[in-house]
Amino acid sequence: MSDTTIVVNGVPRRVPEGVSLAVALWRLGIHSFRRDSTGRPRAPLCAMGSCHECRVVIDGHADQRSCLVEVREGMKVELPT
Amino acid sequence: MSTAARRLDLVVVGGGPAGLAAANAAAQAGQQVLLIDQAPRTGGQIWRHRPGDVLPASATRLIGAVVPPRVSVATGAAVVDAISAHELIVDFGGRIAMVETSSLILATGAMELFLPFPGWTLPGVVGVGGIQALLKSGLSVADSRVVIAGTGPLIWPVAASLAKAGADVRLVGEQAGRMELLRFGAGLLAKPVTLAHAVKLRFAALGSPFHCNAWPVRANGSDRIESVTMQIGEHQREIECDWLATAAGLIPRTELGQLLGCELSGGAIAVDSNQRTTVEDVWAVGECTGVSGDHGARVEGAIAGLAAAGTRKIPGGLMRARNASRRFGARLERLCRPRSELVDRVTPATVVCRCEDVHAAALDPAWSARQARLYTRLGMGSCQGAVCGAACRTLYHHEASRVRPPLAPTQVGGWADCLSRHDPDQPSEAPSSHESPTD
Repeated sequence: MSDTTIVVNGVPRRVPEGVSLAVALWRLGIHSFRRDSTGRPRAPLCAMGSCHECRVVIDGHADQRSCLVEVREGMKVELPT
Repeated sequence: MSTAARRLDLVVVGGGPAGLAAANAAAQAGQQVLLIDQAPRTGGQIWRHRPGDVLPASATRLIGAVVPPRVSVATGAAVVDAISAHELIVDFGGRIAMVETSSLILATGAMELFLPFPGWTLPGVVGVGGIQALLKSGLSVADSRVVIAGTGPLIWPVAASLAKAGADVRLVGEQAGRMELLRFGAGLLAKPVTLAHAVKLRFAALGSPFHCNAWPVRANGSDRIESVTMQIGEHQREIECDWLATAAGLIPRTELGQLLGCELSGGAIAVDSNQRTTVEDVWAVGECTGVSGDHGARVEGAIAGLAAAGTRKIPGGLMRARNASRRFGARLERLCRPRSELVDRVTPATVVCRCEDVHAAALDPAWSARQARLYTRLGMGSCQGAVCGAACRTLYHHEASRVRPPLAPTQVGGWADCLSRHDPDQPSEAPSSHESPTD
């Protein structure tokens, strides 16, 4: 399986083709997808689009469920550090 | 402008085994069908795949048969609103449009039931089906330590997949007791094929200890899970892990059905023996009518696809298979019923609504669902109560809440434009929730 490049918080990163964005981010060592109201990290729970914990900004669109999206060359992803 | 020419014969919402079978049967009968699914590919949960993955022959056949031009397929698409059973508002990956249809088949599937416990919001705490979904979507678990704590047959294929992928499965836990498990297993004796499959799966995960009467009491860690405190029978044990895959069984996804006015029965969309709901021209199939597995889902899909296409006589073999599957579903429900100790885990500091950070301490158990929502914003966040609503039906015996659109995140402008184009007298602004699903 070959790789593709996505841009995470402005930084180009190589990820495997054909994986979900949620999996790609986890494989990059990103284990916090968003922060709760007290600043604690959250990450995918259901991995199938129900829980909305995996939401990130994709190509400028907010609240995109990363578990429902496959990585695509040049995809721009933003999430809180 | 006449819209009659653009009206489809059938829209199927959900592209898992049930929806695929329905679309296939209807297309076979000459219907013009559109299948919609919010995931990037069809297959639902059980047949989730990436290009090149090996699937069961029945899956490959159905997925291969439900493609254009025979069937129109829209993936990455979600139904956000329904003006009636014949007029759906769909967000096609950012482009929002109205879809008109004569018939509608709901195949919206199931989701996992997550009952809150201390530490359940830590990264690395996922569902049992959840970790399976991540695995199938490319997650690497080689040498990762995984604890599985769930209920019902699902824990077995998940344990087997994890073991095959090189994970160190530290424990496979079933919340039900030994008697409940034996009773369920005895029911499988009547179906040798299922029993053989179950034995095969058990052997695949033989290296991992199995316990019934087992459930997580607390997930421990700071930025992600580091260990889980498990209750195993009379004792508690702390097990270090990188992943905790835990849930309390599966529950039907009924939101679109509810929005359309379909009656529910036992938490699922109520259907007759031809899979008709209580709303005219709307059928429902598969797990959203009651969790009973993919074989039953396929059979129900075929029945509804034929019925929606106007077939008068449904083959007797399909009906018999359907009835057998419903009986299995009833046995499954008995096994997976959450034990009271799962409710007792909740402490005042436990998060109940994850989206809005509502802790148990903020919730009066005597409140109705509506009161809880109005006083604390429980269920008003991004998931719109999908997770906490289900949890609170078990924790506090909340009634099923009224479902409001949008059913998926969407752009208000596009949604409003769609609605105003439907009714030229309506000003183009954010719509209020509909009082009635039909005009």
